[in-house]
Amino acid sequence: MNAAIRRFAQSNFMYSFGRDKVAMVSFAILAAFVILAFSAPLIAPYDPYDQTTIDIMDSEIPPAWQDEGEARFLLGTDAQGRDMLSTILYGTRISIIIGVCAVLMQMFLGITIGLVSGYVGGRIESFFMRLADIQLSLSTLMLAIVALAIFQAAFSAEAYSDLAIIMLIMVIGFAEWPQYARTIRASVLAEKKKEYVDAARVIGLGAPTIMFKHILPNTLSPLLVISTVQVANAIISEAALSFLGLGIPVTKPSLGSLINSGFEFIFSGSWWITAIPSIVLIALILCINLLGDWVRDALNPKIYKEK
Amino acid sequence: MGPPLWRSHVCSRRITIDYLVFAGQRLLQATLVMFVISLIGFSIQDNLGDPLRELLGQSVSEAEREALRDEMGLNDPFFVQYGRFITNAVQGDLGTSYFFKRPALQVIADKFPATLDLVIGATLIIVLISVPVGVYCAIRPNAWLARAVMGISIVGISIPVFLTAIFSIYLFAVTLGWMPSFGRGEDLVEIFPGWKTGFFTKDGFAHLVLPCVSLSSIMLPLFIRLIRSEMREILESEYVRFAWAKGLAPKRVWFLHALKNTMLPVVTVGGVQIGTMLAYTILTETVFQWPGMGFLFLEAVNRVDTPLIISYIIVVGLIFVVTNTVVDLLYTWVNPTVKITGRGR
Amino acid sequence: MALLEVKNLGIEFPMRREVLRALQGVSFSLDAGERLGIVGESGAGKSIAAFAIINLLSKPGRINAGEILFEGRDLTVLDDNAMRDIRGNRISMIFQDPMMTLNPVLTIETQMIEVLKAHREISDNDARKIAVEKLREVAIPSPEDRLKSYPHELSGGQRQRVVIATALLTNPSIIIADEPSTALDVTIQAGIMALMLNLCKSHDMGLILITHDLAVVSQVTERVVVMYAGRVVEEGPTADIVTHPKHPYTRGLIAALPQEGTAGKRLNQIPGSMPTLDAIPDGCAFHPRCPHADDVCRASVPEIVKVGNQFSRCVKATELAEENSL
Repeated sequence: MNAAIRRFAQSNFMYSFGRDKVAMVSFAILAAFVILAFSAPLIAPYDPYDQTTIDIMDSEIPPAWQDEGEARFLLGTDAQGRDMLSTILYGTRISIIIGVCAVLMQMFLGITIGLVSGYVGGRIESFFMRLADIQLSLSTLMLAIVALAIFQAAFSAEAYSDLAIIMLIMVIGFAEWPQYARTIRASVLAEKKKEYVDAARVIGLGAPTIMFKHILPNTLSPLLVISTVQVANAIISEAALSFLGLGIPVTKPSLGSLINSGFEFIFSGSWWITAIPSIVLIALILCINLLGDWVRDALNPKIYKEK
Repeated sequence: MGPPLWRSHVCSRRITIDYLVFAGQRLLQATLVMFVISLIGFSIQDNLGDPLRELLGQSVSEAEREALRDEMGLNDPFFVQYGRFITNAVQGDLGTSYFFKRPALQVIADKFPATLDLVIGATLIIVLISVPVGVYCAIRPNAWLARAVMGISIVGISIPVFLTAIFSIYLFAVTLGWMPSFGRGEDLVEIFPGWKTGFFTKDGFAHLVLPCVSLSSIMLPLFIRLIRSEMREILESEYVRFAWAKGLAPKRVWFLHALKNTMLPVVTVGGVQIGTMLAYTILTETVFQWPGMGFLFLEAVNRVDTPLIISYIIVVGLIFVVTNTVVDLLYTWVNPTVKITGRGR
Repeated sequence: MALLEVKNLGIEFPMRREVLRALQGVSFSLDAGERLGIVGESGAGKSIAAFAIINLLSKPGRINAGEILFEGRDLTVLDDNAMRDIRGNRISMIFQDPMMTLNPVLTIETQMIEVLKAHREISDNDARKIAVEKLREVAIPSPEDRLKSYPHELSGGQRQRVVIATALLTNPSIIIADEPSTALDVTIQAGIMALMLNLCKSHDMGLILITHDLAVVSQVTERVVVMYAGRVVEEGPTADIVTHPKHPYTRGLIAALPQEGTAGKRLNQIPGSMPTLDAIPDGCAFHPRCPHADDVCRASVPEIVKVGNQFSRCVKATELAEENSL
């Protein structure tokens, strides 16, 4: 494992990062977003979850640089009188948490299933790979929409809003495991043939040791490439689901539900309630995608592809 | 591969025993998936809301309710109930919408053409633009235009569909007033019994433009990138190099040797995307208040209109399964390089 | 005048951090109907030289010096159209791996006929007749049926025969074959090489055979060029070079061949391995591996000198020739 990490650090990876301005800028913006979002409780001027600080009289105040704007609400307020800046900071945090946790869950499921299928082979492998085919063909977003629609209809609105974050992570996490499973399985099949795996087996290492200590480190590059794209996709999915009212409730909004809550006011001129969180969302996804592009070019791993 | 059953000089596509076995497996799989989807639909029916309350209201005694449950077969064993559900479903009866008071399937059928219009429009945009642009970017990867396309495309895939929809409404409908902001318009033409389309009238077409563009806004850049990367890989292949070594004209090398190999995998990906496209229609229809299946489905969810929810899930599931199966069967048939044995492993 | 004359050819690959010099001062020539072998380890630059002749260097490779004269015309300055007229028409190429050379989604017929259509005014029917005739020449059974096949329906050996037939379609004056049998089963290799030899003889075609296999070269070719680290190190008639190599590298190659009657003995491997392009040593590129190297060899690149019928890029060529230690 250490050798793999050392090889990683010494590779062209860091070199090409230093040369790629787009990658560096994306990384800087992304890092800024993450730091700001996670220090939201410290830096946000208001607590958007605290109903007592919200005054309905403050609703729909435009951003401070507009004529009717007020200095105490830098990015204006939403229809309920919440400070947009604070709400966006908290919302970004929720979006990132859901994106990252959902991908961690995909990874966990995908890696486990991929390793087991590749290593064990036989019926287990056929079953999981067939399942992966089917699940991939059924569109993540569609599965998530249907699953959440059913949950929402089944639970009361209040119970649902408490569960929303976990439900979203579960649904998005569960829907996309095949991406990882296929890539891992392909790597396992390729690595299995190599001598060092035979050698490990000969000296009596058990299957789990071989898989986790010897095979997994060699799949780092494809995992990294998939993961960046997957985080971006997970954040988009979360936003889409919340926009449809199937995700995070407006009381503790994510970026998607914030956009949703502002959508009806766009026609009456209160564009900032939708526009500002949208820009944050797009910037967030764009930075991740640009980083993902660069990671893929820099590492250029073999990713499982259907032919 | 097994021995060819049938071969002709005109058509060298092979229908072999292997192919038939493969097709059989594929159909079996499709049936299995539909079975699972119907099971999901069925279990929703029983657990979402209370069917009796919808029929009787709240003021009925427990004994009466129990009697009615018996009468309706709600106390029958699971498989008896499921059998009844399937029997009805196959006959096109998926229950009556609580809200519309009409057969749920019929309600969906009414809304289907609107969604179909959107999907057709978006598909046309994607196919007509992504192929030439993707091929161009692959052939001239260093041209400024290709670089610009790649730059724009990464922005494109980073903007969620519903935001493209919202921004296009804000810009083209609210601010500039060039396009209608919602609905299908009044002026539709019936081109098939039951299928009224907006494609052939000025008003209908104007209403289609923004929704279709929004619907294609993520998939178009995705396909451009996919076609570009597939084709670039193939342009590096030995057989393309050999084609150059044969002294062929660039057009022939690019548009026959490389493009044909590029499009085969792209088509399979395209087949799988129909599911995502349908999911995006829900978003697009919500923003544009487009009277299609997706909009209907969200309304049904909000109203807990269980029969309608089930019908939508089953109809959409059927669309997925049928398109995927057909694409898979055709792809395997058309593509001479697919080794049928070893698929599904 | 030679049919093909490569003079002082240099090829470089500009990379991100440096410019790699893949070929330096490479010269050789080919007469009409002559069979020339280019020998060397992988990475010596022999394939690059071959692709340079038909102007199909892979990117970012480019010619930075010298000329390639074909029938007196310099190919390095031809425009795309004129070059295409020669490529696949006057000079054909056969690639290493027949599994990868044929387009998997096009029939053999499509892939053969298009060559004729690209180079002359001809009807589909006439083109098909020529294709059948060429397939017959390379001993493909029932060629009419094979035309309708896709590549994956043929075996590796058959595919290479199809590739050879494709190269023959326009009766080229030169065929460049890049390791044509290496990717095939050992049992099939001999058949393919015998076929190549016969075809060259019967059509009076020039052949440039690129290979790492001296045994194949000695069976098929009349003259040999030995390459090492992007330079020609020895050149001369095949028979002379195989029996009396004048360059230490060639000697090493021949000594490493398994000889009859030496079964059980250790093969004489040349110690070390060929340098990569970014680490070519100063002076004679071979000196780190050469048993005869001294300070002169480390100081400067030796000139190529004539020794008997042969040319050798070694300062000690004459000395070594007298030693006759083989």
